[in-house]
Amino acid sequence: MNHPLVSLTIDGIAVQAAPGSTILKAAQQAGIEIPTICYHDHCTANGLCRICVVEVSGARTLVPACVATVQDGMIIHTQSERVRRSRRTILEMLYSSVDLSEAPEIETLALVYGADSQRFPGAQRREPPLIDDNPMYIRDYAKCILCWRCVQVCAEDAQYTYALNFSGRGFETQISTFYHHPMPETTCVFCGQCVGVCPTGALKPKREWLLEKGYTPEAIMGLTRNERRGKKRREGLSH
Amino acid sequence: MEPSLDLSPIRSFLSEIAPQGRSALLPALHAAQDFYGYIPEPVALEIAQALQIPAADVFGVIEFYAMFHTHPVGKVIIHVCNDPACALAGADTVFKQLSRRAEYALETGEPISVTVEQSPCLGLCDHAPALLVQNFPATSAPEITWQELTTKTGRRPQTHVDGDLRLLTARCGKGHTTTLKAYQASGGYSALRKALTMTPEALIEEIKASGLVGRGGAAFPTGLKWESAARAEGTPKYVVCNADEAEPGTFKDRVLMEDDPHQVLEGMIIAAYAIGANKGYFYIRGEYLHAYHTISHALEEARTAGLLGSQILGSNFSFDIEIRRGAGAYVCGEETALFESIEGKRGFPRIKPPFPTTHGLFGKPTVINNVETLANVPLIIQWGAKEYRKLGTEKSPGPKLFCLSGDVQRPGLYEVPFGVSLRHLIFELGGGMRGESPFQAALVGGAAGTFATPEHLDTPLSFEGLRAAGLTLGSGVITVFDAQRDLRDVLYRLARFFADESCGKCYPCQIGTQRQYEIMERILNGQTRPGDAERLQDVGWTMTDASLCGLGQTAASAILSALKYWPHLFQPVSS
Repeated sequence: MNHPLVSLTIDGIAVQAAPGSTILKAAQQAGIEIPTICYHDHCTANGLCRICVVEVSGARTLVPACVATVQDGMIIHTQSERVRRSRRTILEMLYSSVDLSEAPEIETLALVYGADSQRFPGAQRREPPLIDDNPMYIRDYAKCILCWRCVQVCAEDAQYTYALNFSGRGFETQISTFYHHPMPETTCVFCGQCVGVCPTGALKPKREWLLEKGYTPEAIMGLTRNERRGKKRREGLSH
Repeated sequence: MEPSLDLSPIRSFLSEIAPQGRSALLPALHAAQDFYGYIPEPVALEIAQALQIPAADVFGVIEFYAMFHTHPVGKVIIHVCNDPACALAGADTVFKQLSRRAEYALETGEPISVTVEQSPCLGLCDHAPALLVQNFPATSAPEITWQELTTKTGRRPQTHVDGDLRLLTARCGKGHTTTLKAYQASGGYSALRKALTMTPEALIEEIKASGLVGRGGAAFPTGLKWESAARAEGTPKYVVCNADEAEPGTFKDRVLMEDDPHQVLEGMIIAAYAIGANKGYFYIRGEYLHAYHTISHALEEARTAGLLGSQILGSNFSFDIEIRRGAGAYVCGEETALFESIEGKRGFPRIKPPFPTTHGLFGKPTVINNVETLANVPLIIQWGAKEYRKLGTEKSPGPKLFCLSGDVQRPGLYEVPFGVSLRHLIFELGGGMRGESPFQAALVGGAAGTFATPEHLDTPLSFEGLRAAGLTLGSGVITVFDAQRDLRDVLYRLARFFADESCGKCYPCQIGTQRQYEIMERILNGQTRPGDAERLQDVGWTMTDASLCGLGQTAASAILSALKYWPHLFQPVSS
């Protein structure tokens, strides 16, 4: 394949990129870092978080760099006032919605963009109870930012298991199984890929979670399978 | 779960539609909701297996649409509109009274179980406060008894139709549906006959020359859309009629469908011929059950008369239309979300590009047009573009429908040439203000629109005229507020509407609509916090700039325009 390269300008720097490449990749090649949250190299990009938006001359709205492809003659600004306001506000809104205490990358972004984690006093948060229904991992959707990675790796992005989808919509959206069934009653094969791609600690290996709760490795090894599943442990072993 | 759940009704329905696969999901869920009053788990599983869809996905779809329920609801469902035009007419009181009555019925063991729900705009703004009983309008609500309300169905809404022109509405507002026979007697389907003698290229040129642009809100040139789909690689091609009218304050498409369905169908058949499509979908908002029935009936009439099906009117052109019902999701009016819905998925808008003309329904080249847009097509073909352009202005040719509601004497549907003034529409055609209180503002363009103030009254109603005044035409909504109305209440309702209707896909809209709603709620309650105006600005501009689709991009426009004209409304009461 010998397509001519596309020429564009990013933050005043002349950049050449392969046709069809995204603005995100073209910028990366030129050494310009565009921040991302929902994006993952091995998942289908959906342009959900909009942290990667950039200003493209002539475009009415900002453009998501993770999915928009380069065009010849594009003039792009990745740090304009409009861009920075959107990024800052999105970060502030995320802080007002979910627990980001285990999302260090987002915390770093908040510092970079001067996002105030207390910008929205009195805001309704998403705080569903933690789900501990299987021996392999826990689901703490109070930390979930709805990046969709778990749903996607469970489906066509990797495993073709289709145990996960959504409940609700809008701000009330939550990752869910069929009629909220416990994970062992679904098609889940406990491959662990969802846990691997979760960026905020909403999905966590059971062992890690138990260690955080103060269990010793020996105590964890001593649990029976049923005890590890949650129900039995709640009755017998907790505290 | 019911122990004695009889799966046979859904099974026999599924055996008919199973070959359609996933795209039969919404029809199957509607059937299940009708059979069982909700969608029990075993039924959802049965549907998943028959249509070969992952069970979790079926659940995700049920959860997305407001008209599907995972738990039992009353046998009779009453929807009470709670958007601005109905709120002005006391919809909240109606809702409270009906809810109390339904509770009383439950407590005293009346044989009928009733669920009363608040609903976004029902497209009956001229009948405010609007009610739907089993998805049929119950008009003149104050005079209906409980008994009548819960047992009688099928009332036909009578919309006041008037205006300087009666072209698109020539056969509307007569209190009955125009039959095929009546439509043909007034020259109907002659445009289709003429079109079939033309080449598709010539037809597209005619539409381009007419200057017709989309009437659903985005105002994209219709001819360019057709041309792009006609030239696109890939088969089959589709034509989709977007009849998911749900912009608060809009009811024009409902009237066109209920009163003169064949005019829209004729436009759609011509569009299909122009782009080379053999299959079309007519996607109607779930709450518009009456329109669904009129269109279904009109499709049957057209098939019988050889206007649909193979070799239409003896030509080599074959085309048929399948009808689909939405299920309570405003976002599905967004064209790509509508495709997802037809495909049996949650109504998440897609990333654009690629655009529908190359990658539309089922990934194929698709033209999707609004009801009113298609209704213009027979007129253009009959008259020719040159004659059509004599109506309206140079840059906004043709007739336009406006939905007038709120504090006016004569709410209704008005057809005018583009370019008449807002004053003409409100004060001459609409009869002016309803009461003594003078004009304060009008919301132009619907929930996604902006406010017009008294200074804007002489603005010409054309794309260019409105744009110059900082307003948008949107879908042709004009909701009028007199000087006694607290606009904070209007803004609060709009904010709640967007928070309810956001799909939740992109973060700016998913969280922004919720935060906007919370801030408007405390402003309405007199609990404004310092900095709330700035919060609304940041949230509003972030949604406008960074949201994925038109819903989020316009979810703050009314509030941002109010912040500009009436900044004092958003300031804390000084202590």
